[in-house]
Formats: sequence, C-alpha cells, structure tokens
Amino acid sequence: MRNLRLIIQREYLARVRNKTFIVMTFLSPLIFVGMILLIAYLSMLNSTDQKIIGIHDETGMFVEEFKDKEQVQYLDFSGESLEKARQDVLNNEYFGLIHIAEAEPGSSKPAHVQFFGKETPGFGTVENIEKTISDKLTREQLIAKGIDISEIDKARAKVSIDIQNFSGERSSKMSNYIKMFFGGAAGYLLMMFIIIYGNMVMRSVIEEKTNRIIEIIVSSVKPFQLLLGKVLGTSMAGVTQFTIWIILGAFLLFGISSFLGIDPFAAQTPAVAMMDGAMKPEINQLVIDILKLPYASLLSFFLIYFIGGYFLYSSIYAAIGAAVDSETDTQQFMFPIILPLVLGIYVGFFSVVENPHGTVSTIFSLIPLTSPIVMLMRIPFGVPWWEITISIAILIATNFGVLWLSAKIYRVGILMYGKKPSYKEIYKWLKY
Amino acid sequence: MENLLVAENIYKRFGNFTALNNVSIDIPRESIFGLLGPNGAGKTTLLRIINQITMPDEGRVYLEGKPLHPDDIAHIGYLPEERGLYKSMKVGEQALYLARLKGLSKAEAKERLNYWFKRLEIEGWWDKKIQELSKGMAQKVQFVITVLHRPKLLIFDEPFSGFDPVNANLIKDEILQLKEEGATILFSTHRMESVEELCDYIALIHKSNKLLDGKVSEIKKEYKSNTFEVGLDARDEAVLRRELEERFVLGPAKFKSINEDLKLTIKLKDNEPSNDLIQFLLSRARINHFVEVIPSVNDIFIKTVTQDA
Repeated sequence: MRNLRLIIQREYLARVRNKTFIVMTFLSPLIFVGMILLIAYLSMLNSTDQKIIGIHDETGMFVEEFKDKEQVQYLDFSGESLEKARQDVLNNEYFGLIHIAEAEPGSSKPAHVQFFGKETPGFGTVENIEKTISDKLTREQLIAKGIDISEIDKARAKVSIDIQNFSGERSSKMSNYIKMFFGGAAGYLLMMFIIIYGNMVMRSVIEEKTNRIIEIIVSSVKPFQLLLGKVLGTSMAGVTQFTIWIILGAFLLFGISSFLGIDPFAAQTPAVAMMDGAMKPEINQLVIDILKLPYASLLSFFLIYFIGGYFLYSSIYAAIGAAVDSETDTQQFMFPIILPLVLGIYVGFFSVVENPHGTVSTIFSLIPLTSPIVMLMRIPFGVPWWEITISIAILIATNFGVLWLSAKIYRVGILMYGKKPSYKEIYKWLKY
Repeated sequence: MENLLVAENIYKRFGNFTALNNVSIDIPRESIFGLLGPNGAGKTTLLRIINQITMPDEGRVYLEGKPLHPDDIAHIGYLPEERGLYKSMKVGEQALYLARLKGLSKAEAKERLNYWFKRLEIEGWWDKKIQELSKGMAQKVQFVITVLHRPKLLIFDEPFSGFDPVNANLIKDEILQLKEEGATILFSTHRMESVEELCDYIALIHKSNKLLDGKVSEIKKEYKSNTFEVGLDARDEAVLRRELEERFVLGPAKFKSINEDLKLTIKLKDNEPSNDLIQFLLSRARINHFVEVIPSVNDIFIKTVTQDA
C-alpha cells in the first residue's frame, strides 16, 4: 500500500507539473469564455445592423401593418410606379422592396406578393413579411364575415393557457430539450475525458518502457501496483483539472458579465417581461424545468460512470501502451477503443433522443463499453433504479475482468522490446 | 562456505524458445560472481528471475537458504542492462522516489543520497533533469540508486557498458569497496577483462545452458595445459631445438624481450613437473624467460563455446 501511494503521488505530480497540463488547465476556460463572448458580441453586431425595406403596396391595405422595429425600417414607395420604386431602392442600397399587388381575378390567392432584393432575404425576414400580410388578410376576412376581432384575441389567449395546463410537465417540448442538452453534455464530456486521460496513461506507459526505467521499478514493485497507481494518479489529475475548470469558468463568466453589466440571471427578468404574452409562460416553464433537473443524482451518477468508464478504458490504454514500442505503433489498437465510444455518442444522440427508454437505448446502456455514455444521457429522462443498478454492476464486474487481463498483457509487454505486437502475439501473452 | 543465493534447476521458455535450460548457480557470500555468456545466452533472463521480475517455469531460487519471497526485493539491488530514468524528472527527486519504493524512509534516503552524491562528486546534479545529463552521468546516478538501500545482493547487468575508462574504473573500485563492506555481487558481462580483474567465481552460459561454473582459480587450473613460455640463449639454436623436440611438444611464442632469444612454448606431459624442463634446459642454455601459460578467462570462454558448437 505504501508503494501504491508513492506511485500515485508521483504519477499525479508528473501529470500536474507538465507544462501542457498547466497551460491547458488555465487556458481552456479562458478560450471557452472568450468564445461565448465572441459569439455574443458577433450576434450583437448583427442585430444592430438596421435594414431598410421599401414597400410598394398597390392595395393600400398593408402599408400600415409593417411597423418599424429595432432592426427593420420600412419606407413607403406606394406613391411611385413599381419601376421607379425598384430603381430608388437599388440606388439607395436598401435591403429590398416588397411589392403587393391586387390578386388577379379568379385566383385563389387573396394577394400577389413579391420581394425584390440584392441578396436572398433570411428565413426570419421572409416569415415576418408573410405573417404580417397573412394576419392582416385573416383579420380582414373575419371582419368581412362580421366577426368581432377583439373577441377572437381574447379567445386565443385562453386557448394558449389551456395548452399549458393540459400537456403537463413531462411531455413539455422545452424540458425534453433541456434534458437532452444536459445528458448529451455529460456523455460528451465523459467521452472527451476518457480519450484525453486514457491517452495520457498510455503515453506514460510507453515513456517508461522506452526509457527502460520500467525494469528498475518492477524490481521494486509489482507490475499490477504500478498499473493501478498510474491509472489512479492520472485520474486524480483529471479530476483536479476538471475542478479547476469549473471554478475558473464560473469566476470568469461572473466576472466578465458583471464587468460588462450583463447579469446572466437578472437579464432573464426584463427579457421575460419584454416577450409578448404568449411566450411568457414558456420561458417560465424553461426556468422551472432547469431548476427541476435532479442535480444531485445527475452529478453523483456522472462521477460513478466517469470513474467506472475511465478505469475500464484506461486499463485498456495501459495494456496497449505496454504492448508497443512507440506511439506510432498504437494506431492499429486505437480503433477498437474509439469505436465503442463513438457508438455510444451516436446511440445517445440519435436513439436516446428519439426514445430514451427504447430497446436500443436500454441495451447500450447496459453494455459496459457504452453504458457510461448512453446511461448518462438517459438518466435525465428518468431511468428505473433497477436498470441503473444492473448497468453499474455490469460495469464494475467488467472493470475487474479487464483490469485483470490488462495487467497480464502489461506484465509481459513492458519487458518485450523490438517485437511488433499483433493481436495474436498479445493473445499469447495472456497465457504466459 | 555458505551460499547467499542458490538458483536450482531453472527452466524458462517463451513460447517455443527455451531461454534457460536447467541452469543452476550458487553464489557464495561476500564474493563477486560473474555471469558470462555471448549475447542472447539467457543471462538477462536469469537475472530477471532472481529479481522476481519474471517467474521461472520450473526450478527455485533461495536467498540465504529460504525460498525467494516478494519482500526480498529490499535485500537486492538491480542495475539493468538497459538503463533508464524518467527524463523530465529531477535527479534528486527521482532518486528519492526510487529509494522510497525500495522501502527507505524519506529522511534516510536523503541522507544516504547526500553521502553518495558527495562520494561520486555529483552533488551539483540534484536539481538537474536527466535529459540534461550525458549518458555516462545518468549511469552514475543509476548506480547510486542501485546501491542506496544497502542490499545484501547487488546485481549488475553489464555494469561497465557506456562508461568511459575513467568512470569505468571508478565504478570498478566502488564495486570492490562494496564487496569489502560485505555485499555479494552478481554481474553479467561479455567483456572478459573485467571478469579477470574482479570475479572470484564465474558461471558460463551459452545457448540457454550452463556450460561451466566454479571458482576462477580452480577453473583456470583445470584449463591449463602444463605449458611454459621460455626465452633461451643457446650457442647453437638449431641443435637445442632438435633436442627439445625429441622430448616435448613445441610451439611458437610471442613476448617482448630485450635479448635476442629463441622464443618457444613448451608443453609438458600431464603431471610432469616443470622442474624436469628446467633441469633439461639448465645444462643446454641460459634461461632468460620462464613463465607458465595460464589460460585467460577469454581463452576458456572461447574454447568452451566453440567446443560446444
């Protein structure tokens, strides 16, 4: 035990003192926050850019309906001929021109609408124009039929509230998105961690082997102790990095946003107030959904599956490191490691999202090589306890099995030089 | 004399390849034991088995009469042939780590390291990284690490390879000093000069088999052929040569001499005392040079290996 502690300590310090580790630990949150700020800044730039759109309305019905907004300003060209209006818009470099003509007699369409512009207008712009015109037409037709518009508006608000009551929290579309996001983020993070830190373990094994220090160490400690110490020490370095990221990221986010005067939490209140009536309950629902996520169980399961998954993969990584002489030889063994990880992510993003409790999702959340990722993605949707228990039990049992096999390969591999390893050769080592 | 380490009937196979075939060695206490053999003979495998890095397929190893136990690593110091240290770790830190893995406390390890660093005049290296040191320098550090926990048995695999003559000499003196202090030393080599100077006992391994072992002086006695090298000053060399040829087996000889002598090797019959030859020569010539030809370990090595082939 004393030696195991010494090994863990050395491995931990070797990882943590590494220059790239330090740089990555402190730079990553900066880069991350920087990206968020950049995106925010760019979208702000985009929104301050005001568009001017001309309107040539032959019917005279719709001009009043197009109201100037922060991003769009409308100019009325209805007094001029269409040709002149088009020329003016082009000369002034306005964004475009909406032309609304009387419907041709016999046509099923109530009006003929055209858009002229240098560039194809964005999806939002087109939808906005269509909605404005269609709303107006609908109202006109309703009025023509002698229906009181204000009564309809009242009725519409009521219907909206009914939907909220009827659908309930589970099937709320928004909350599903949130669960997907949190599950997906956890699964993805786990995969990245396994790959990054598994590689670290592998490189450290290769380093000891090529340095030939391995013989000195295994004349003092058992290879299994060294393997275990390496995996444990490196995982502790991983947890350290992760913790620093979270703390640093939170600090930076709060620091910068308060510096810029944007309070990420307070900002939601005016935003909610500004939304029109129909949107407001949905935003509230979003906040409630985020708050309602089972954080405690989510976090503890993340830790359990992280440790289980990381151990499983890094003992395989260590065995590969022991089998080869240099990092270039590892390629042929990488595929079987990456494959289940990527499969887990795919199953997570396609199958779990589609049907969190379907057969495919359930099976993959039990198979130990994919279960850490897939199960983490499923957990926010609510998985029965017995299923989680079975999945964890299988994971732990597999861990012991794989660690035992890896230790065998490791024990032989670390003292084998100059042999290009094949799967057949490694199978033979298992029997030594 | 009591043996510190006994290896009995060791077999080791890797797949179809037999690395050690029924090899036994006895290492007497406080001796220097040389394990000789060409490359690929199985020396390193035997050393690894004694270090419990690999397990023998058959056979047993005893340390001080008791079967080897995992805890015995504290009594063994091993300097592998392929030397290596963590490249990016500092010398002192690294030495401390490896010493503590061998069971020393931190304070103890530090004290002894200071002593050894002073003794080998490498005090200034504590904070250097291995990658800043030359190969020979790194080997010195490694030597210190090997002997630091004062093991009863020191195992060196090709200890002099990579050292320049000055440092090789330094290490040789340290090995002799360690023996004086009571350590038993086992080393493997294919360089015979070092054997001649250092070893009390040798074992010769060739193609996985032990061909020969024992005390160096006894092996040499066994291999000597009752042959003498002589330098003679005679009035008529041709007559003398003819007379000698009638009684003994003659051969050419090469040695440095200030006289213009007749130089010969003369082989006597087995058990024939050398005095007979001297008496025979006394009346016929002046004897300027008379030396018994003792086979070098190198000669024995080559002879045994080629005989076996």
